[in-house]
Amino acid sequence: MEPVKLVYPVEGGDLIEAGEASSKMKLTLKKLGLPPDVIRRASICMYEGEINMVIHADGGRAEVDVGMEEITIRMIDQGPGIPDVNKAMEEGYSTAGDMARDLGFGAGMGLPNMKRYSDEMEIETAVGSGTTVTIKIKI
Amino acid sequence: MEHSVSIEYARCRGCTTCMKSCPTQAIRVRRGKAAILQERCVDCGECIRSCPHKAIKAVSDSLCRLKDFKYTVALPDPALYGQFQHLDGTARVLEGLLRLGFDAVFETAKASELLSDQARKHPRDTASSARPVISSACPAVLRLIRMRFPQLLDHITATITPVELAAILARQKAVQDTGFPPEDIGVFAIVPCSAQVTAAHTPDDLQQPVLDGAFSIRELYVKLLTPMQQIETPLPLSTAGRGGVRWAFCGGEASARAPGERFLAVDGMDSVIRILGAIEDDRVPDVDFVELCACTQGCVGGCLTVEDPFVSTMRLRHLMREMPDSRSDFDAEVSDPSIIQADKELEFAPVFLLDKDRTVAMEKMAAIHELERKLPGLLCGSCGAPSCHAFAEDVVLGRAECSDCIFQVRARMREMTGDGDEYLPTPFRKRRKEEPAEHT
Repeated sequence: MEPVKLVYPVEGGDLIEAGEASSKMKLTLKKLGLPPDVIRRASICMYEGEINMVIHADGGRAEVDVGMEEITIRMIDQGPGIPDVNKAMEEGYSTAGDMARDLGFGAGMGLPNMKRYSDEMEIETAVGSGTTVTIKIKI
Repeated sequence: MEHSVSIEYARCRGCTTCMKSCPTQAIRVRRGKAAILQERCVDCGECIRSCPHKAIKAVSDSLCRLKDFKYTVALPDPALYGQFQHLDGTARVLEGLLRLGFDAVFETAKASELLSDQARKHPRDTASSARPVISSACPAVLRLIRMRFPQLLDHITATITPVELAAILARQKAVQDTGFPPEDIGVFAIVPCSAQVTAAHTPDDLQQPVLDGAFSIRELYVKLLTPMQQIETPLPLSTAGRGGVRWAFCGGEASARAPGERFLAVDGMDSVIRILGAIEDDRVPDVDFVELCACTQGCVGGCLTVEDPFVSTMRLRHLMREMPDSRSDFDAEVSDPSIIQADKELEFAPVFLLDKDRTVAMEKMAAIHELERKLPGLLCGSCGAPSCHAFAEDVVLGRAECSDCIFQVRARMREMTGDGDEYLPTPFRKRRKEEPAEHT
């Protein structure tokens, strides 16, 4: 059976509205009757990804494939890229600016949380041209 | 489940305003009139507030019901006290109710205060199994959580609502005072909103209703004015202090709990839905207690009140200055503490689920997305659904026909006539290059 494909644009520069894509996705997953734990993990990952795209990449888009066995979320942006992926994966490391920190973001837990709540995570990034973070959650 | 929110068809013009304001997308327009998808309605009253033709009402019980009982008790919600200008104390309102024909009064605020006292003294007994604890006081929020946030059901306190406790205690007292059997005693709540009317008849947390009915604040307000004015010195009937009366506005319940607890108090359906989503994903750390009110400012904002909710809150705060902190002691006043426990588990109501079988649900979702792509995305409401997505869902679930979309029909006309975008209503035709931009 073909996976259900969902696409959500993520607006840049709007930290207050961040989280819209994840809450929309969550409602869709609830309508499909997925297990609550799967929905929660997918939603947390998506939210972290959204925040990352807003803070670092002036937005982007999220593509979600909901299959029978797993959910795949691709967070795609055309931002500055991540120069040192290993460093970015360290808990507490963040390059977020003051504005984001003032709002309580930039704790350096975004990517680590996505890793923790997903079953697989892959980062493709090129400095200057953008980043795609792909995560998979088994159902 | 019966709902108190109902549509007066003679007044309804099918204008789609309520349909777009409904936080659970429970309204459609059918045959020129609004229609409620009963299983999705939480009785929050948003549609009642938004209807420009005053065609939606909350049906409460008729006062004639008082005649069915040998002895009647009124349970006024504390929001009632905020409705009156220049009120010198709650006693005048309570005596006014006696003069209206009730044989006794039992303040809902008294029951609220007892619940607060119990929560402060025995936080473990009233807590839910999961953190943060979510209040069970607003019946519209309870229904919303049952439908849309089932993962949070075990966060909700297992205690009954203040008005339910008031009903149980009032009936016990009336039986003692009169010697009548319990069924001869009519216990009626005076409530600020449609959700409380529904909950009086079909509670979410009790097997059997403990109330005999509910009257609206709005109806009693007018009837109370004259008798209240005629009272010279009111009898000392007030039994609740600040701790109970403040439950009438948002934050009141939370602030009457144990000091040191970190609480969130959220009002308005949109904000409630947003915060529940955040709690579900653990995005609200460090919070112990969550009070959620469907109405702006809490119960004072209920659709069956008279006064502006902000004005009511101001008046209540003023009245509270003359009151003691609390007049209630749960351990001394409630002989059987187990009566505050709900006897029915809150169940998930899967009204948004597309299908029980996930394969079928996914097929339906794919079909919904495919259809939605062909729709104009105008949210015009002409199809009778609140959004193009809701319409696509209705079509796939068999609640609507594809041809109910005016744009779909007109697009088919174009196939026949072949004329540019002339098939669209004028406001939606694309501007031609030579035409200047219009300003209206």
